[in-house]
Amino acid sequence: MPEMTLIEAIRQAQDEELARDPNVFITGEDVGVRGGVFRATMGLYDKYGPNRLIDSPLAEDSIVGVGIGAALYGMRPILEIQFADFIHPALNQIISEAAKMCYRSNGEWTVPLVIRAPYGGGIGGGLYHSQSVEALFAHVPGLKVVIPSTPYDAKGLLKAAVRDPNPIIFLEPKKGYRLIKGEVPEGEYVVPIGPARISRPGRDLSLFAYGMMHHYALQAAQKLESEGIDVEVVDLRTLYPVDKETILNSVRKTSRALIVHEDNLTGGYGAEIAAIIADEAFTDLDAPVRRLAGPDVPAVPFSHPMQDWFMVNPEKIAAAARKLAQW
Amino acid sequence: MPTQVIMPQLGESVVEGTLTRWLKKEGEPVAELEDLLEVTTDKVASEIPSPASGILLQVLVEEGKTVLAHTILAWIGQPGEEIPAAPRPQPAGHAAPAALPSSSPAAAPAADLGFISPIVMRLAKEYAVDLTQVKGSGEKGRITKRDVMAYVEKRQPLAPVQAAWETPADGDLFRPTELVFAQPASAPVPAPAPVSVLPAQPAASAAPAVGDTLIPLSPVRRAIAEHMVLSKHTSPHVTTVMEADMSRVSAHREANKAAFAKEGVHLTFTAYFMAAIVAGLKAQPLANASWSADGILVHHAINLGMATDLGEGGLIVPVIRSAGDLSLLGLARAVNDLSSRARSKRLLPDETKGGTFTLTNHGTGGSLFATPIITQPQAGILGAGRIQKRAVVINDAIAIRPMVYLSFTFDHRILDGAAADHFLAKVAETLQNWV
Repeated sequence: MPEMTLIEAIRQAQDEELARDPNVFITGEDVGVRGGVFRATMGLYDKYGPNRLIDSPLAEDSIVGVGIGAALYGMRPILEIQFADFIHPALNQIISEAAKMCYRSNGEWTVPLVIRAPYGGGIGGGLYHSQSVEALFAHVPGLKVVIPSTPYDAKGLLKAAVRDPNPIIFLEPKKGYRLIKGEVPEGEYVVPIGPARISRPGRDLSLFAYGMMHHYALQAAQKLESEGIDVEVVDLRTLYPVDKETILNSVRKTSRALIVHEDNLTGGYGAEIAAIIADEAFTDLDAPVRRLAGPDVPAVPFSHPMQDWFMVNPEKIAAAARKLAQW
Repeated sequence: MPTQVIMPQLGESVVEGTLTRWLKKEGEPVAELEDLLEVTTDKVASEIPSPASGILLQVLVEEGKTVLAHTILAWIGQPGEEIPAAPRPQPAGHAAPAALPSSSPAAAPAADLGFISPIVMRLAKEYAVDLTQVKGSGEKGRITKRDVMAYVEKRQPLAPVQAAWETPADGDLFRPTELVFAQPASAPVPAPAPVSVLPAQPAASAAPAVGDTLIPLSPVRRAIAEHMVLSKHTSPHVTTVMEADMSRVSAHREANKAAFAKEGVHLTFTAYFMAAIVAGLKAQPLANASWSADGILVHHAINLGMATDLGEGGLIVPVIRSAGDLSLLGLARAVNDLSSRARSKRLLPDETKGGTFTLTNHGTGGSLFATPIITQPQAGILGAGRIQKRAVVINDAIAIRPMVYLSFTFDHRILDGAAADHFLAKVAETLQNWV
């Protein structure tokens, strides 16, 4: 099985979907001739031509608006937002139009589109190239929110997203684009949207994470193993709809839960997981449900020492998990 | 003026009581309605509340003495108060303060265990763990889930307590038998707690050897012994056994448990057995009778006794009056009420009297069938064994069914075999064809 990077898996998924279905097209800033700033559409312009790889103006609300219109006409657009930080001009289109179309037309109209956006910090990107935006969209019914962490899942989930009749926010941990490599089978497969994955079974504590933090969680778990703490790591993969069953089953086994994300703490996605656990697994708990998240400051700082202070890393996760395991 | 403490009359038919224990010593203060002493009659133990607040000035009857009702037991008053030389005569028919249960004394304050997490609380309950025995390894010595599980694994594997024939309907009847009817773990029977050896007990009959232990006879133990001997001497006992398929009862119970729970009633198999006995007695009134010199006295009312095991406290048989008039709900409610009060020793003395027939659930201990002893002067007693899945032949096919043996011991002076079997067949049929 060939090993490839996260970004290569995403490129391949788009390539295969373009080949599979003539209704699939891609639009976004620099996705055509340049092949995307992260090279997620590298070579696809040459292969499929300017009608299917469309360079857009620097106007995110227009990118999403065009996508919604095309989707209503039966197309399957993949929209690239160059950085998740730039998605905010398109919020009206996403939240008030795409998310509500099916509901307000009583199921007659659907908006089958995928919005891909690289998110997250730790790459020296500073205030405008480091944001995590998942909590915002996970709050909006009518959208699905997917965050892959491995090349295998990235390819399989993206293909599932293209075929899904709902608008999908597909957030890619950009720090992992070239850092994370993994085996990806050749040929057709999809990973269903919804189920979480236990990437490391354990007994003492459940660690819930997604995206880049999932890899950090695995590293922390490995470190703790040498200290005799057996950590179960769950890669959530889909934030909405969330896989309650896997989460609750894990907590029922370990009785301790730590949720990790790099987005800031207050109102973050971890609060939702914590609430689900407190509500439905209360009598299984042996310790408080804890969250480890970025600090509540307005942005990821540009200065490297300050960026390091902001970012959750394997050491911080290990420390939090150790403390919780000893509680 | 000091107040008298008198031996209450614990029920209309009870004339005396044994003062088992003073809960206060002479000279100690006592509050009105605070439990002051324990009294035992042949069936019931009761705590007696103090009739007044003050100091327990003088105790007149020592522990272990049996005295007539209305006897003055002690005086309560203010320090230095003089006790009247002669007790004032009791007006005839003056009833002692009712021996109604007062609130139980506050439990001893629990040792400070620190924070108990929800899962630790739950596991402690499930595995009957005394958390004071568990060493905590968490932060500041907190007891963690792991500590509880390690404790449970280390001690003898005590399965959660299961009443054999109350268990099946709590689960799925069609799970494998070994799951539904899990054997109580083979925990060794705990050695009897060392009982204080009476120093100067005159051993009239048996010579105690070194290391033997003499367990003094409690009034309850003595009453049971006397009654058992009396009964065996009185009635020629014969036992006949039939079995019943409990599938329909179990299904009915499963379907109605929730509805009964809404009425605040825990629906147990006992209620079904009671109902089946009522049907049997209506079909065969001779089983609801007593022998007398003048003839066989057939009772109109059906008053069902339910033998209730109190562990070391012996055995008690509270009676459901007019059980023949009660619905399943009424029977279940009565069973709940009487058994819980029997276990907490809160039965009123008259609630153990007047039975015309008795049910004993020996199946709770795992027993399949038994030869119970009749409660005199009744004509019979029905023993319900453990409900157990067995292979039975139905229409020439082998089926797995929850079966129960019903052992009916009857007084052969009153009933002959055929008449007894007529009753028992009706009981079995009622259970088997439950609608």
